[in-house]
Amino acid sequence: MKKLILLALAMMLLVTGCAGEEKGQVLNVYNWGDYIDEDIFEIFESETGIKINYETYATNEEMYTKIKTGGTKYDIAIPSEYMIEKMIREEMLQEIDLSKIPNIKNINDRFMDLSFDPGNQYSVPYFWGTVGIIYNSESIQEPIDSWSVLWDEKYKGEFTMMDSQRDSIMVALKELGYSMNTRNLDELEEAKELLVAQKPLVLAYVGDNVKDMLISGEASMAVVWSGEASAVIQEYPEFKYALPKEGSNLWFDNIVIPKDAQNSDAAHAFIDFLCRGDIGFKNADYVGYATVNNETMKLLDPDLMDTTYAYPKDEWIENFEIFNDPGDFITEYDRIWTEIKAN
Amino acid sequence: MLKKIASGPYLVWILLFILIPILMIAFFGMVRIDPETGNYFFTSDNFKRVFEGVYLSVWTRSIFIALKATFICLVLGYPMAMILSRMDVKYRTIAVMLFVVPMWMNFLLRTYAWMTILGKNGVLNKILTFFGLPQMTFLYSEGAVLLGMVYNFLPFMVLPIYTVLSKMDNGLIEAAEDLGANKFNSFRKVILPLSIPGIVSGISMVFMPAVSTFVISNLLYGGQYMLIGNLIEQQFLVVNDWHFGSAISIILMIIILLTMAIMNHLSGNDPEDGGANLW
Repeated sequence: MKKLILLALAMMLLVTGCAGEEKGQVLNVYNWGDYIDEDIFEIFESETGIKINYETYATNEEMYTKIKTGGTKYDIAIPSEYMIEKMIREEMLQEIDLSKIPNIKNINDRFMDLSFDPGNQYSVPYFWGTVGIIYNSESIQEPIDSWSVLWDEKYKGEFTMMDSQRDSIMVALKELGYSMNTRNLDELEEAKELLVAQKPLVLAYVGDNVKDMLISGEASMAVVWSGEASAVIQEYPEFKYALPKEGSNLWFDNIVIPKDAQNSDAAHAFIDFLCRGDIGFKNADYVGYATVNNETMKLLDPDLMDTTYAYPKDEWIENFEIFNDPGDFITEYDRIWTEIKAN
Repeated sequence: MLKKIASGPYLVWILLFILIPILMIAFFGMVRIDPETGNYFFTSDNFKRVFEGVYLSVWTRSIFIALKATFICLVLGYPMAMILSRMDVKYRTIAVMLFVVPMWMNFLLRTYAWMTILGKNGVLNKILTFFGLPQMTFLYSEGAVLLGMVYNFLPFMVLPIYTVLSKMDNGLIEAAEDLGANKFNSFRKVILPLSIPGIVSGISMVFMPAVSTFVISNLLYGGQYMLIGNLIEQQFLVVNDWHFGSAISIILMIIILLTMAIMNHLSGNDPEDGGANLW
């Protein structure tokens, strides 16, 4: 016991020691894991003298909970559309002054002024993409085009689902033919039953490590975000990415400045920096997601156009939906997700 | 007087970092927020929910796997402790060291290492296929979680038992043998009863972390095997329901307290006895 206390004391000292004074400006960036080329930090630091302090999260919900709880001072975060809608509603974001971001002109109009943030008062587009099924075409011969393969006994223990509440429930809702933004409790319960029935077939619910699992052969199929598929496929062409015919999630991740941010000017400078064509290219090339930037687009490998995983044709994603914020009904999603995982 | 002053910082520590947090958890567990007014109101809903069917199965699952892990640790750990305590002093220190050294490594790292050993194309399966045997699924199973627990917590069982055994008066064992007891009887009637305090503290030190772990189950069963620790983690980090999470934590604390009380009673020792009684 005494040792434990000593250890705790030592750790406190360490923590407080590290959090001590730092000279010069610091920008606290809170981002998804593996969702930025960290080399660009050095470029930003050498150009502006602002030091970047970088932390990551695995899901929108994790990011939200941490910022909502308070005590954080992130200057930059990169949530998805439904979470931005929720954070705007709960007054957790600062308004962005677009006049301080001249490079906003590079952003394709298609991604500006979307319904979750009219007029881009609070957010600037970062990347966009879809959710689909990546599979190893060497071990899975039949062509995959539907969510229903994820309930097929013959793939037992072969595939992973996402450890992300709304994305996993979305798969079941779409398989059932419902909207992924449903506020109908019966539909949600049905989705729950379907996911519970699926559990014995699922190898694991995973986050960022899905790429390693696919490459090492641990899993031969997985529900993933398009950029993860893109990163895998560009290295290992035996993998294919399917956009399920029942429809799926079309998503947009935008950069925001949380209310608790301490360095709003540096945050604006960083957003402007990210909107630069060359930086956008470095980033897109590294993370594999689809860029929102016209200048970046010109630098990209033309082979990426009209691929399922990077820049799909419009008609392939016609029936895809965009998440919206279910408001207080989110507690039902929370409960359903808890029950699915507990079963 | 001096004693009182010296104990001051500890009292403050206990108040700030033990008592107040526990009271806060208890408070959170007993209230919810009215969505309309934003005010707290007292309710037993959180605690009632803890005992709903889905969550009851999480409880039984957690407690059973923790009991299994504790039992395996005891069966493996006792002979190990005995071997260690009988070793020549020259080698004993090194042997104990070897046992403790893996604990210096980060807990997560040790568990990750098992993922690469147990994986589909992991070390174990490579060996199997090398000998022409079929591949097997080790990872993402209950067995993997159990293995992870035993591996990580075994030293907590061995060390307290070892301490008791190595301090034991050899004269007692010699006396038993002089009085005609064979090896088995002297173990059963002398060594085992005398080592009970070590066993008891070993059991509580393994059972407690095993029943509340969430990392091991997350990594070795890929997030689909929910133990009580995972449920609490999810309530705090994912679904942001601190009230339900706090209620579960309180019940878990009560369960651990009860098991400790039972164990202490079984050992028949008063807490003043010291020795191997680390808790």
